Amino acid sequence: MSYLSIQDLTVRLRNGLPLLRKVSLDVKSGEVRALVGESGAGKSMIGKAVLGILPRAARLTGGTILLDGEDLLALPPKARRQRIGAKAALIPQDPLTALNPSRRIGPQITDRLVDILGWKRPEAEARAFELLEEVHIQSPRRVMKSYPHELSGGMRQRVLIASAFAAEPKLIIADEPTTALDVTVQKQILKLIREMQERHQTALLFVTHDLGVVSKISQSLTVLYAGKVIEDTGVRAFFDAPQHAYSKALLAATPKYTDPDGSLMPVPDNIIAAVEREVAAFDAQMNE
Amino acid sequence: MQIVRALLTRLATTLVTLLGAAIIVFVVIRVVPGNPIAMMLPPGATDADIERLKTLYGLDKSIPEQFWIWIVNVAQGDFGTSITLRQPVFDLVIGRLPATLELSLIALVIAVLIGGTAALTATLYRDTKIEGGIDVAGGVALSLPDFLWGLALILVLGVLWPLFHISGRVSPSLGFDFHSNFFLLEALLRLRFDVVFDLLGHMLLPALALAIPLAAIILQLLKQSLKECMHDDYITLARTKGYSETSIITRDALPNAILPTLTLIGVQFTFLIGGTVIIERLFSYEGLGNMAIDAVINRDLPLIQGIVLVFALLFTLVNLLVDMTYAALNPRLRHA
Repeated sequence: MSYLSIQDLTVRLRNGLPLLRKVSLDVKSGEVRALVGESGAGKSMIGKAVLGILPRAARLTGGTILLDGEDLLALPPKARRQRIGAKAALIPQDPLTALNPSRRIGPQITDRLVDILGWKRPEAEARAFELLEEVHIQSPRRVMKSYPHELSGGMRQRVLIASAFAAEPKLIIADEPTTALDVTVQKQILKLIREMQERHQTALLFVTHDLGVVSKISQSLTVLYAGKVIEDTGVRAFFDAPQHAYSKALLAATPKYTDPDGSLMPVPDNIIAAVEREVAAFDAQMNE
Repeated sequence: MQIVRALLTRLATTLVTLLGAAIIVFVVIRVVPGNPIAMMLPPGATDADIERLKTLYGLDKSIPEQFWIWIVNVAQGDFGTSITLRQPVFDLVIGRLPATLELSLIALVIAVLIGGTAALTATLYRDTKIEGGIDVAGGVALSLPDFLWGLALILVLGVLWPLFHISGRVSPSLGFDFHSNFFLLEALLRLRFDVVFDLLGHMLLPALALAIPLAAIILQLLKQSLKECMHDDYITLARTKGYSETSIITRDALPNAILPTLTLIGVQFTFLIGGTVIIERLFSYEGLGNMAIDAVINRDLPLIQGIVLVFALLFTLVNLLVDMTYAALNPRLRHA
């Protein structure tokens, strides 16, 4: 049973230019699905559409989003907002800018519990304490009283992870959660997300451009190009035998640790041209 | 230790500022044409009479000499005697200061309420006609100086629809006996709300005249900062938590957007206090500013000097207050 089910999701700029082209994908309860593609392929846009945080310039023009079997787009705005707040959460890309600089950490974790879910404040604070311990923060009480600028980048990402899991959401969308971090910290954070996901049995939609990460964390993946799904498959199947020519090229372009001196190989031009043609043909069909 | 040093530094700069203001005023009012003696004597006074009076007030000495005498007296708490009112300058200034303070503070509160509400509303309805309308209103508010707003308010709300008092500070018919010069504060503390109401009825129009341009400035800067904050990542994250736009703006964006506005309010508030001079005159409000105009017209040198010194002190205090609030509101400065 899919916890998140997206059907034919289309997002366009105000001038009509498509950003997402009839994207369909499912994330089952407890499943980790990676969303991969180049910059601008629309990976983050899918997460934003689900969470209702599309930029003002973009508009959702078609498709359905089912969260826990409920059609989000059919709900009135307030109910949709609160449903998303209760059932889904975002782990953002840049921990340095995603915490409010003028508020203490504690309330930033507990506010959703208190204001949206109606918890009592002491309960919510106990929960925040527990969560901070879960993400291996040494002195949770002190951290809850701190301001974001008093914590390191890695610490802040841990706080954001704790905050994402606060309301026991059954869907987490992680938007390149390690990109902004130090390489040494990246590994720890990745491990932590995996650990939290397993313990809480949440569905996880993991947006990344790093295929190395995909093999470590996810069971299935969706490859995007120009806002169109190119391939939707299991991780094992993808790494063993990618079906689409673009997927193959993408996989071949991944730098390997075993060959540190090897030159970086971009996706070849003829493959790009082929996939562009495919998208154009799809557009023609879509606009009919 | 650090706080003590900071305070001492602050005190020293304040003293230098006050001394500078004192020197400038002292010299300027003696250099410009016109002198108090001419105002006091009837036409046809003899040269000997003029000389006698000059000696009496010490005006026959050189300007540096006069300044030295004055500043030494001031240091001992003696601000001299008003030439026209024949009372100690200190008592006169202290007597009038509360009226001006109350008026300025009420004006400040009105400006923050109007400007803040307008900025929040414009942010909530950004990129719509409502924001456009608020911008236009702000532009109009800024295009006229406070005294023209004062005249307009007198005309519309005092004469055409006489809803508010346009003159004085309190209705004498109330027969209320004040023990201090902080009329509003005293009436509040003594729970005489009829008096409070009357006082506010007198203050509303002059305070509004002072507040309108400041409200427009607050609107513009606060709206700008708010709109910039609305693009920040923590706002996007707050949206995914299920909050309404209103609570996101007031709780997540406002604390971050308010700091530049706060500094601006501090600077502009000193202009507002300066504005009371003309506004008090316009509304016959018995404050320091009104007295300052009389003092200047009559060339009442000791009184002018005293008033200016008090205004200068007020400005430096406001700046100090702004700096302290700024440090209290910005967590990143608190530990620095």
